[in-house]
Amino acid sequence: MSKAFEELGLDATPLAGAMPAFCVSIPAGELRGICEQARARKARLVALWGSDETPRRAGYALHLALGFPSGLLWLSVPLSREDPHYPGIADIYASANRMQRAAADLLGIIPSVDADRRKWLRHGAWPEGAFPLRKTVEAAARFAQGPDRYPFIPVEGEGVHEIPVGPVHAGTIEPGHFRFSIVGEKILRLEERLGYKHKGIEKRFEQMTLEEGAKLAGRVSGDSTVAYAWAYAMAVEGATGTEPPPRALALRGILLELERIANHLGDLGYLGNDVALSFGFFQFWRLKEDLLRTHAQLFGHRYLMDAIVPGGVAKDLPRGAGESLTAHLERIEREVAALKSIYDEHAGAQDRFIMTGQVTPALAERMGLTGLAGRASGIARDLRVDYAIPPYQQLDPRAASHTRGDVAARVAVRFDEVFESMRLVQALVQQLPPGDIRAPLAAAAAGARGVGWIEGWRGEVLIALETAAANRIHRLHPHDPSWQNWPLLEHAVHGNIVPDFPLINKSFNLSYSGVDL
Amino acid sequence: MNSVPGIAFQILQSVFVVLAAPLLTGWVNQCRAWLQNRSAPSILLPYFTLAKLFHKDAVFARDASPIFRWTPYILFGCMWLAAGIVPVLATGLPFAPAADIIALVGVFALARMFSALAAMDVGTSFGGLGARREMLIGFLAEPAMLMTLFTAAFISGSTQLTTIVDTLAHREFALYPSLAFAAVAFLMVLLAENARIPIDNPTTHLELTMVHEALILEYSARHLALIEWAVAIKLFAYMTIGIALFLPWGIADAGDWSALPYAFAALAGKLALAGAGLALIEALLAKLRLFLAPEFLSTAFLLAVLGMLTHFLVKG
Repeated sequence: MSKAFEELGLDATPLAGAMPAFCVSIPAGELRGICEQARARKARLVALWGSDETPRRAGYALHLALGFPSGLLWLSVPLSREDPHYPGIADIYASANRMQRAAADLLGIIPSVDADRRKWLRHGAWPEGAFPLRKTVEAAARFAQGPDRYPFIPVEGEGVHEIPVGPVHAGTIEPGHFRFSIVGEKILRLEERLGYKHKGIEKRFEQMTLEEGAKLAGRVSGDSTVAYAWAYAMAVEGATGTEPPPRALALRGILLELERIANHLGDLGYLGNDVALSFGFFQFWRLKEDLLRTHAQLFGHRYLMDAIVPGGVAKDLPRGAGESLTAHLERIEREVAALKSIYDEHAGAQDRFIMTGQVTPALAERMGLTGLAGRASGIARDLRVDYAIPPYQQLDPRAASHTRGDVAARVAVRFDEVFESMRLVQALVQQLPPGDIRAPLAAAAAGARGVGWIEGWRGEVLIALETAAANRIHRLHPHDPSWQNWPLLEHAVHGNIVPDFPLINKSFNLSYSGVDL
Repeated sequence: MNSVPGIAFQILQSVFVVLAAPLLTGWVNQCRAWLQNRSAPSILLPYFTLAKLFHKDAVFARDASPIFRWTPYILFGCMWLAAGIVPVLATGLPFAPAADIIALVGVFALARMFSALAAMDVGTSFGGLGARREMLIGFLAEPAMLMTLFTAAFISGSTQLTTIVDTLAHREFALYPSLAFAAVAFLMVLLAENARIPIDNPTTHLELTMVHEALILEYSARHLALIEWAVAIKLFAYMTIGIALFLPWGIADAGDWSALPYAFAALAGKLALAGAGLALIEALLAKLRLFLAPEFLSTAFLLAVLGMLTHFLVKG
């Protein structure tokens, strides 16, 4: 399996766990060479983060997760305590830009090649020169609120002006600032400023045991709670060598697909609403609400929070509930099919969707677009398909694939995935294996690593875990696919008109909480 | 004409329009909710909203000028004036000769100008954006509106609304092809001028897509109430103009008290149908991309011109 990495001159160690993952430590000098070779071999950057290794009598470390066809490669780059610089890779992997800046804000590890050294997560909540994720900073530490100056990139020219939007919006949505440079109604440039929801999740994990962390992991980004909880459970199971029972895995599959269906239904409704087709909005939201109530009935929580725990799942599907769930999904499926034909044949809605907010496959490939939006732009990657691990390996899941990359394509991907997920849930319910739903969690050795890698509804969610002594967490990085996709939104709106931005934004529907951490 | 009953009729109609306008808005909202498979809010909800807003404390931007403060009153006054000119319940009102259809369009234009000025006054980016879009729609909607009214004026040989309605209401039933064109054009202008789908979405919370809502984002309390009320009166006035021009049957003569109950019933029936029709249009259509709005309004203008040409071609 690790042959792919030998070509890169790497002697990678396989990590225990459900997903094929390997780890290796490399010196900082080799980082750019390896990234260039990986890029040439079509490997994608899944995540980039830093860690403080000073309690282990070392310095800091930079970590990269690269996605190869044969699995995930976790690269660790030790950095010295006195001079934590490393050669930046944002020119090789464009999506690394914001991740590098976030790592610099949190840990003070600095990329030395890249020009963009602006802050990212640090607004005014901690001063320049303080690094809250360093182990020397108490978790309860409070800093005085400082000024927040951020140099947006100006656009100059005749008739160009700026519209600042947010972080407070008129609707109940998450906070983010969007700086538009426009001429007339045409968008010349959009620059995003995020980080308003930074709440120190990564620091909080480091105060927790492996059992306690599950609850927090399920709350990194609330709409993807199942994906995060499963990724966390997978990482912990890998680090502790626990094997979850087959029934638990099948139930996890059901939960993940239900989460996908519920989110897609909500988004399809919102996309109707954004073109003032309120009919679609209310129909899809009625279907979503029905499904959420079924979630609450069957699994005790409308959004399926805390249903997945390390070692298995918290709650079994009640006897006879499988049939009622299948029947419910069949009813939704019929209605969604009817609504799909209404959307498809609605000239007004299609006129708004088609060729709006386009991300071409070439741009998507260059910038590393991922997940749902990626599948709308010709990047047919789906972890459920690419690495068919239990419970998916028997089900032959199909990845949605569209190439036009506009709002209409992202709508089409959602419809495809709703139907496919319904098929998967029904198959999983029918073949639900008997047995336990939870295995006892073994104790983890200090310094054990685990990787959780799950295709959530938005895209691939990664949890990279390293344990400390006494079953505690040394460092945990939860990575949301929104890191990769937010920068593409800036590209997608080029040349579009200002009133189409909300529609384009909604067609991506990215997480703020998941990247602000 | 300026007799005591005539003045009584004028006062009655003016008060009636102001009081009944929110009811029409409530009815449209109710119909829309039903068409979306929702349980509808009370038809009286707009009144409760107005009452709530009148009880709140007004907040102003620090650098708001007097224009910003006056605009709600100007808007309300303009709409009330327009509603006074239109023969809603009766023709031959004493106020009617004061203004003809050209002045009517002028009154709407005055209101538009002040709302755009007020939106730019406080200097928020959304206000400026909304003002720009409002003017874009306005300068295309006004000629279409004038052309529509001219078609009716040619038929009756007068630009006085009351004469037009008198002529149209008291002729034997006849189909005017020119009026059919004009009616479609008028409907399109009505949708655009009243910020309805497919030009604007009156229920949106997305600032970047707003037209009319962006103009009034900075208003609160009694000022917002006056604007909301003026919006309701504007919709009412537009619908009654449409009814007066294209379905004038049943309207009373000023001073003829015996015809009044029938006129009320006819108006209520026609408004109920028009409101339901508006809700149906809004349920079926999606909002147009902003740059298709000029195309939409040019079509309205074209239809209005066609109507006028048809009038000369077929003399009807």
